[in-house]
Amino acid sequence: MFDNFPLWPTAASTGAGNVDALFIFLVTLSAFMCIAIFSLIIIFALRYRRRKGVAAEQIEGSTALEITWSVAPLAIFMVIFAWGAVIYFQERTPPRGADEVYVVAKQWMWKLEHEQGQSEINELHVPVGRDVKLIMTSQDVIHSFYIPAFRIKQDVLPGRYTTAWFRATKPGVYHLFCAEYCGTAHSGMIGQIVVMEPALYQAWLAGGTPTGSLASTGQTIFQQLGCPTCHRFDVQGRGPNLVGIFGKPVQLEDGRTVTADENYIRESILSPSAKVVQGFKPIMPVFQGLVSEEQLTALVAYIKSLGQPGTAGGEAKTVSMTAGESKE
Amino acid sequence: MATAAVIHERENYLNKEYGISSWLLTTDHKRIALLYLISITFFFFIGGFFALLIRLELLTPAGDLVQADTYNKLFTMHGQVMIFFFLIPSIPAVLGNFLVPLMIGAKDLAFPRINLLSWYLYIIAGLIMLHCIITGGVDTGWTFYTPFSTAFSNTKVIEAGLSIFIAGFSSILTGLNFVVTIHRMRAPGMTWSRLPLFIWAHYATSIIQLLGTPVLAITLVLVVFERAFHLGIFDPTRGGDPLLFQHLFWFYSHPAVYIMILPSMGVVAEIVPCFSRKRIFGYKAIALSSIAIAVFGFLVWAHHMFVAGISLYSALVFSILSYLVAVPSAIKVFNWTATMYKGSITFSTPMLYAFGFIGLFTMGGLTGLFLAALGIDVHVTDTYFVIAHFHYIMVGGAVMGYLGGMHFWWPKISGRLYPEWLGKFAALIVFLGFNLTFFPQFILGYLGMPRRYWQYPPEFQVLNVLSTAGSTILAVGYVLPMVYFLWSMRYGKIAEDNPWGAAGLEWQTTSPPPTFNFEETPEVTWEAYNYDQIPAPAEVTVGR
Amino acid sequence: MADSPITVEHHGPELRHHFATVEQQRDAASLGMWLFLATEIMFFGGMFCAYLIYRYWYFNEFAVGSRSLNIYLGTINTVVLICSSLTVALGVRAAQLGKQKLLIILLILTIIFGVAFLGIKGIEWYDKYKEHHIPGSSFNADDLVQEYPQIHIDQSHEQIYFSLYFAMTGLHALHMIIGVGIFVFLLVEAFKGRFTPQYNTPVEIAGLYWHFVDVVWIYLFPLLYLIDRRPLR
Repeated sequence: MFDNFPLWPTAASTGAGNVDALFIFLVTLSAFMCIAIFSLIIIFALRYRRRKGVAAEQIEGSTALEITWSVAPLAIFMVIFAWGAVIYFQERTPPRGADEVYVVAKQWMWKLEHEQGQSEINELHVPVGRDVKLIMTSQDVIHSFYIPAFRIKQDVLPGRYTTAWFRATKPGVYHLFCAEYCGTAHSGMIGQIVVMEPALYQAWLAGGTPTGSLASTGQTIFQQLGCPTCHRFDVQGRGPNLVGIFGKPVQLEDGRTVTADENYIRESILSPSAKVVQGFKPIMPVFQGLVSEEQLTALVAYIKSLGQPGTAGGEAKTVSMTAGESKE
Repeated sequence: MATAAVIHERENYLNKEYGISSWLLTTDHKRIALLYLISITFFFFIGGFFALLIRLELLTPAGDLVQADTYNKLFTMHGQVMIFFFLIPSIPAVLGNFLVPLMIGAKDLAFPRINLLSWYLYIIAGLIMLHCIITGGVDTGWTFYTPFSTAFSNTKVIEAGLSIFIAGFSSILTGLNFVVTIHRMRAPGMTWSRLPLFIWAHYATSIIQLLGTPVLAITLVLVVFERAFHLGIFDPTRGGDPLLFQHLFWFYSHPAVYIMILPSMGVVAEIVPCFSRKRIFGYKAIALSSIAIAVFGFLVWAHHMFVAGISLYSALVFSILSYLVAVPSAIKVFNWTATMYKGSITFSTPMLYAFGFIGLFTMGGLTGLFLAALGIDVHVTDTYFVIAHFHYIMVGGAVMGYLGGMHFWWPKISGRLYPEWLGKFAALIVFLGFNLTFFPQFILGYLGMPRRYWQYPPEFQVLNVLSTAGSTILAVGYVLPMVYFLWSMRYGKIAEDNPWGAAGLEWQTTSPPPTFNFEETPEVTWEAYNYDQIPAPAEVTVGR
Repeated sequence: MADSPITVEHHGPELRHHFATVEQQRDAASLGMWLFLATEIMFFGGMFCAYLIYRYWYFNEFAVGSRSLNIYLGTINTVVLICSSLTVALGVRAAQLGKQKLLIILLILTIIFGVAFLGIKGIEWYDKYKEHHIPGSSFNADDLVQEYPQIHIDQSHEQIYFSLYFAMTGLHALHMIIGVGIFVFLLVEAFKGRFTPQYNTPVEIAGLYWHFVDVVWIYLFPLLYLIDRRPLR
């Protein structure tokens, strides 16, 4: 019976409990308010129903009451607001050191790429107990990445990255839905999130045939496109040195300062003249239309990996290798 | 037959002239109201037919009744027809048109010819929409989100956009007419503090129509041009911003919700005092809350975009503002309830609809609090929770108010009474059918069923079956009033001028009113809702 | 109320049946026009909002696009419109004073100014057509890229500038065309001697509308033509 008549969704992430708690609070509050108002209406309707010889008692109103029932709800609303805002803040701030998964949405499928290089379609394997950050973009229209069991949803837009994160708590298979209407097969744009015990997850990772990590794919593309000609890692080239720039503030030619996040890197590849780094000329060619979304995510992953303290060895190797190649 | 002879002796707006042209070229606000009544009823049943097809498709998890593309067109056109061709004109263009001049003691609206023009614009827009529906329809969702609507959909987006653009101007002209009429045409002694709350509600509504609709109009113009000439304004591959479209769209479309619900609130504020035989509780608070809703309503649009990719801090601002706009709605509910206290209450059909309105609107409003809470919204937005929420407001609220108002003023409009027992029966059916249709959708939404899904995972089926079952009951509840209203026009009991013993100038003239509303311009020397001075009628004493 | 029957007697044909007095009728018409103009502000407002955002994002392209417009024609048009506002204002005054001939002359002048504006605007648009600066499939801003080698120009962003340029000036021109149509109608009425010191509301509210359309141009001109015309480094 309960297979096709559930009344409460599974909660399988660290955030789900917080959402449920506020939801239950709101349901209780609403039920209380509904019962209060409905009973008042029913009581009044019965108690003061029209009877012979009894006239209505004219009452103009009451300022005290008006103030009470304006201020009291407002106070309760502010509590709900604050509570909801705290949850939202947690939902929208991915913790540092999370595993990263790049999501590319298109009509009508999800492509998900792990940092380690595994790529999946309409299916995402994740381990229990690890923070997973999703970096998402769309190839065509707006989609929305929605996992009800984790209580997370984030629109996926063409032309920019949006992010979401979760930490799964319960092994199982959960729905992945597209929640923003995207055309004919919108309701077919569904997939599943497979949450596994860490050991099984490692086995799954090892079982695949990855073509190398996403960053290394990005490195190959970086070479193929000839980027190292200007973006050199040893000496200052005609383009900025990219080692360690990710997450750092960048001083622009027009005086503004921006943070070098995923969206900045993306924009600087596709439309380099938009935000030129101070001291450099806008000479980089436009890559809009020349690189696919998948290549772009790989490039972003690669540039992020440069100079990351967590992958110090990888960085040194990358730098020396690239430097070596550019000398040849 | 003697009574029938009497009614024919008295000249009124219905029997003054006959013939098609006396209707199609009329500038009488009452006749234009009836023209609107016929047209919006037509569109209501078209939109309702789409709704039933949607519900039938969702009876089973598989997409088996219609094709996916057809389904997408069905929900799109259900939304567009219901919102732009039924809900927005419903109460303002029918009851408002009929009653605003009557209630303030004017002979007509300030600009009768513009009033007729606005009906013709509506009809032109409606014909374009019908043409669009018949020749293929549109599948973007009523929200026209870019870049889907501008670059990917291969349906008739331009035609639908044009249609809604024109309907928008019809709505603007109606609003403009009301504001000027309320400012400049009030009878002597009809001060602002004596205006019926129905008028206050329409005043607030008209302000939103005037200031919001043009933004939608220009947005649709940009969408149409973008689609036709690939300008790139909303296209991210050309440097445009799809979120800009959403901002502009919701800047109108959120206040549009108040265009739909405020007039209903006005109706309820007339019905509840009448059938409680009491002054309304907190006149000033209710009047001011209407204005507050109109003003704050313009400041909350981005609460539709909490997961769309707006910044964290703007989300916080829009969330807190959304809670502010909830306060005036709460004030209204409390005041209506308090009006009944120590009243002398009868359960006539309009009062049953008012009860239904208060109950369903309360639930719709409370679930709005869920959606304004950022953390909850992330989970339930774009799911059936949202669908259920706005149907509680727009169908449970706005349509209930509309039907309540139609029953309340039908004797004035037609000069006839509808069968009271059938009216009550229909009200009950509507209430039950509505709840059965939409309550399960709250649960579906929290379970995670996304909206606009043609097929769905099987675990959602039982709740969907309940909802579909409810929708058929609801359909019966909506057909019934149309049948007995039509019946009553010929066979109904002749209505007295003031069958409910109601306050308000509209009840002081004859039923139906003469063409220029009043034999002579009334002078108002009393406050609104002076139920202590009006004797209750004998007939409605016992709620049969 | 006492004098209303007298008023009706005096101005029977002008007073519509549902108004009590001529004053009430005039107030209503004037308030109606003010409200309509509020609507118009919101109508243009949506477009100004889009303009501001993209100008902030794509300043270079907007500045270059702005430079490519013909500032002389733009300035002449601004002067033409200001003159037409003057003739309209004088026309309203003439109507109020009952100077029918003067009113006719001023209405004709206004129409001439309005048509002149549209003509000059047409010339400017035709230039844009020749330069392939009309957004759409044939849009091409290579000439601007070559002309300003020191500024990096993204062609699709340039197209957004020209889209907004045509949308805003086009919408404004549409309002001008409607305005000219209204004044032609008023001219016919004026020839019939319809406007008297007692009844001149149509002239007055048409004047309001015309001033509004002028004011929109007063904003459009600097926003579109004068973004950045400093000499290049």
